[in-house]
Amino acid sequence: MLTINDLHATVAEKPILKGLSLTVNAGEIHAIMGPNGAGKSTLGYTLGGRPGYEVTGGSVDFEGQDLLTLEPHERAAAGLFLGFQYPVEIPGVSNLQFLREALNAQRKVHGLEPLSGAAFIKLAKEQAGLLRFDMDMLKRPVNVGFSGGEKKRAEMVQMGILAPKLAILDETDSGLDIDALRICGEGINAIMRKPDKAVLLITHYQRLLDYVKPDFVHVLAGGRIVKSGGPELALQLENEGYEAVAA
Amino acid sequence: MASLALPTRKDEAFRYADLAALETLWPLAVQEIHVPAGASDALAITAQSDQAEAREIAITLEDGASFDLRVLNAGGGYGRIAVTAVLGKGASFHFGAAQLGGAAQTLEIVTEVRHMAPDAVSRQVVRSVLGGHAVGTYLGRVHVARGAIGTDGEQSIRAMLLERTATANARPELEIYADDVKCAHGCAVGELDPQGLFYLQSRGLPPAEAKKLMLHAFIAEAFVGAPEGDALTEAALAALDGLL
Repeated sequence: MLTINDLHATVAEKPILKGLSLTVNAGEIHAIMGPNGAGKSTLGYTLGGRPGYEVTGGSVDFEGQDLLTLEPHERAAAGLFLGFQYPVEIPGVSNLQFLREALNAQRKVHGLEPLSGAAFIKLAKEQAGLLRFDMDMLKRPVNVGFSGGEKKRAEMVQMGILAPKLAILDETDSGLDIDALRICGEGINAIMRKPDKAVLLITHYQRLLDYVKPDFVHVLAGGRIVKSGGPELALQLENEGYEAVAA
Repeated sequence: MASLALPTRKDEAFRYADLAALETLWPLAVQEIHVPAGASDALAITAQSDQAEAREIAITLEDGASFDLRVLNAGGGYGRIAVTAVLGKGASFHFGAAQLGGAAQTLEIVTEVRHMAPDAVSRQVVRSVLGGHAVGTYLGRVHVARGAIGTDGEQSIRAMLLERTATANARPELEIYADDVKCAHGCAVGELDPQGLFYLQSRGLPPAEAKKLMLHAFIAEAFVGAPEGDALTEAALAALDGLL
C-alpha cells in the first residue's frame, strides 16, 4: 500500500528525514516510536503534503501512485488520512458542514454522486456513536472550544466518516485520559483494522498499543528507521528506553 | 453632500477613490431615505455590475426610528457606497457591509453616522475580502453631538487579504462632544490561517473550496440578522468564486 524509499525531507532548510525507508502492506498496523526530535511528526506532515515540508530526495508510492506529486487534497482523495497531533481550530465553520463538503469533494474525484444531507447525517451519527462523541458537538465550529481529548476523538470521527485506506495518526494518544485513550483505541480498531486498510501509528508510548496491537514496531531516530521488530519491541523500548535499544 | 465639483484626493472622503472612474459618474444623485418617528425600515443593496458604480445615500431617522441597511459591494469595477445617517433620539441604525474585489479594483465604503440626540444606537459591521491588486477602503466617522448622552455606537471593521498585493485601508473615527456615551471600534486586517487551510485540504477539500469555507463565516458576519441575510451571503460567496 505504502512504500517509502530513502526519503529525505527538510523543514526551513534543516534536514529532518535522512533516508527513511518503510513498507506498509494492506491489513497491517505499524507503530513508529522514537525520541523527541527524531522526525516522527515530520514524517506525518511530509506524507500529508504540508507546505514547508520539502522533499529533497527519495520516493513514496501509495497504491501505485507517486504520492509526492499530489496536492494535499488529492492525497486525501487517494485514501490517505492524517491525524493531527494538534488538530486546528477553525472558527465559524461547523464540523458537519466541513466534513460533508470534504467527503463530497473526495466522492467527486471518484465519480460518485454527492451524499445527500440525510445520508450524511446518518453516516455522521454512526461514526460519532462509535467514538461516543456528542452529535451536538459536530454542529459546533471545527475544534473550537474542544478539550484535548475531544479534539482527538473528533479526529477519529472524521476518520470514520472519510473512510481512508491508510491512516497516519500522529500522537493520537497525547492529551487523552485513560477512558478517552481506550475509546480512541477501540475506534481505530473498528474503523481501520480491516484487510484492505492500514495504519501508521506515531506514538511515544506503549499505552495506545495496548488497545491497538501493532503488527510491526519501528524505531525512528535521527531521521531514519534504525530498528524494526514485532510488538515486543515496543515493550522493550518502554523498559529499556530508546538509547539502549536504538544504539 | 453632493456637489458639482469633482472631488480631489484632498477631500478626506475621497482620499482612496478611483477618481478617473468617479469622473464618469459625477455628479452623483443622492438617494434620500427618511424614516418617520417610531417607524422601522430596511434596505439591502447588491452592487454586482461590471460597470463602475457609486452611490450616495442620506438617511434621516426621526426619534425612535430604526433602519437596517445591508450592502454587498462586489461589482466588477470601481464600487463606492457612501452613507450618511442622522439619528434622532432613541433611533437605531444597523449597517452591515461586505466588499469583495480583485484585479486592480477599488472598492470603498464611506460612512458618517451622526448621533444628534440622546440614546440612539448605531452598529456597523464591515467585512472586506481582497485579492489581486485590489484596494478596499472603509472610512467611517461616528459623530456624537453635544447633549447626545446615552449614545451607543459600535464599529467592527475587518479585512482579509487573499494575496499580499492587495491593500486594505480602514479608518474608523470617533468625534464625541457629549459625556456618558459608549462608543467602541475594532479594526483588523489579516490573512487566512495557513494551518487551517492545510487542515481542511488534508481532509479532501481543494484549496479554493477550503478558502471559501473559511471565508463564508467571515462574510456572513456582515449579514447576520438581516431579513435577506442568507441571500446576501450566498451572493457574496458566488462573487468569491471569481477571486479564488
